[in-house]
Amino acid sequence: MKRKKMSYAKYGYFFCIPFAVAFLLFQLYPIVFTLIIGFTDLKTLPTNEWHFLDDIFGNFKKVLGQETFWTAFGNTWLLWITNFIPQIVLALLLAAIFTDNRSKIKGQGFFKVVFYMPNIITAATIAVLFTNFFGYPKGPVNDLFHALGITASDNNIYFFQNKTVARGVVSFIQFWMWYGYSMIVFISGILGISPEIFEAAEVDGASRVQQFFHVTLPNIKTIMLFSLVTSLIGGLQMFDIPHLLVSKNGPSNATLTTSCYIYNKAFDGKHFYGQGAAASMFMFLIIAVLASIMFYVMRDKDEAKLNKLMRQQTREFKKAQKALKGGN
Amino acid sequence: MKSKKRASLVYKFFVYILLIFLAILCIFPFWVMIINGTRSTAEISQSAVALLPSGSLLDNFKVFERYETFAPVRGFFNSMIISVGATICAVYFSTLTAYGVVAYKWKFRNAFFTFILAVMMIPGQVTLIGYTTFVYKIGMQNNFLMLILPAIQAPSMVFFMRQYMIPSLSLEIVESARIDGAKEFYIFNRIALPIMKPAMATQAIFTFVSTWNDLFRPMVLLPDQKKNTLPMMVSLLKGDAYKTEYGTVYLGLTLTVLPLFIVYFLLSKYIIAGVALGSVKG
Repeated sequence: MKRKKMSYAKYGYFFCIPFAVAFLLFQLYPIVFTLIIGFTDLKTLPTNEWHFLDDIFGNFKKVLGQETFWTAFGNTWLLWITNFIPQIVLALLLAAIFTDNRSKIKGQGFFKVVFYMPNIITAATIAVLFTNFFGYPKGPVNDLFHALGITASDNNIYFFQNKTVARGVVSFIQFWMWYGYSMIVFISGILGISPEIFEAAEVDGASRVQQFFHVTLPNIKTIMLFSLVTSLIGGLQMFDIPHLLVSKNGPSNATLTTSCYIYNKAFDGKHFYGQGAAASMFMFLIIAVLASIMFYVMRDKDEAKLNKLMRQQTREFKKAQKALKGGN
Repeated sequence: MKSKKRASLVYKFFVYILLIFLAILCIFPFWVMIINGTRSTAEISQSAVALLPSGSLLDNFKVFERYETFAPVRGFFNSMIISVGATICAVYFSTLTAYGVVAYKWKFRNAFFTFILAVMMIPGQVTLIGYTTFVYKIGMQNNFLMLILPAIQAPSMVFFMRQYMIPSLSLEIVESARIDGAKEFYIFNRIALPIMKPAMATQAIFTFVSTWNDLFRPMVLLPDQKKNTLPMMVSLLKGDAYKTEYGTVYLGLTLTVLPLFIVYFLLSKYIIAGVALGSVKG
């Protein structure tokens, strides 16, 4: 019997082959190829004519020596930080409110559904929608300004001419699209904390605020770190909204992100694939470092605790599923 | 005691104010988008915000026929084919891979799983230049398969499926099916897959939505206008052709996200529970 069990091992390999092949073809090969292109003068597609540069690091030097690249890199961080901080603060606040046992909030299901909604709607659509909202000379925001008496009715503002406004709107959209998601993640993290800890804190006379800072926050540290790193990795690739919201990346490249920079270099206009690839590899390196931090955090995570949380969420999930079936 | 009760009431008052404000903030932009799609350009330039629909829906729609670039029906089918294809690939093969890791003991099993964890965070965008060059070299630009097939490898979904499978799948059932003479692949399809259905359903929704929303990859890989997806067509609405067709722009925007709204209204509770479940994987 035992010997027979051993012979099934080969199916493990069989079942993992499609993944492995697809990974080699669609993930590993493109990475290596991008790296190689970074050392070449590739300019048009499709082509077989490309050569390694005489100065092998030429593209890297060119990109890293270019002011536009650093503007884009700086913008990417700025746009991420200015949306991440308010997003996390609001998400934590809402999560604390929704999980507060002392005063239950009614209509939680409704609020969760509404707050999460912007997250699943196409970012490209949202970007162009906001372009229209801030339209010049006519648009809802200009109308609102007239109605509130902020500006005279014959004075229309061209909002995106202003660097700070253009950046602010990009950050706001990112914030608005993602706080609901972070909130749900934090709620599920807080529900995973053993209720006895909260009861003990309450018996000891801890106030809501004390409980939040001394019990809740320390217990969801890992989940917060997870949010931070995944949001950063996503944020460093920010593209759709800055690409579509303001034409030509905003006034003096105010909303140019690194992904937009790569797109402009490689796919728009002059087709400098080599330089685009060099910039891509630079970003890849940064994200790889962040991802390895994530990797170590996840590996260290207590497996038993994880499974318990997983089971609990599975139960919640099945409940929702049942409700859904009952509803139909 | 009384002051405590009053404090609690004050707290609740402010909490509800905050929640209602945020709810309006989330709904209002979409509301304006949908309503303005039914209003004429003249109405919108008079006042850009209205709470009730008007009667210009058909007129607005007819404008699309005048300029053929924004073709919502074609875009819908293109987006649908890619999203459904990618979703099926991702969900089926991720479950298969997870089953390979969970149900069988093989020599490199742990190494393989560690590898999956390690590559989970590799971003797609930074490798796009290499991928595009490769796709053009083999002449597969404008082919949906180049957007669908990469979904076969979805490391984070494999991770999720494994976490879900370990407590749900009983290896004894697998063993007894073997004794009954069932083939391994049959066991996977008939025994493991049904058990994994709930997990597959959530992951399917999220893959569908994120593939639908993708802009960068289709923009680069599908240069032919006939192959454009709906999010790609959004940028056309910014173009000169629609500069004075306010109502049509809003209608176009609404059409690009209509399927998402429908999915969300039918499955919202389920999706929220799925986000919470998915977050645990971290």
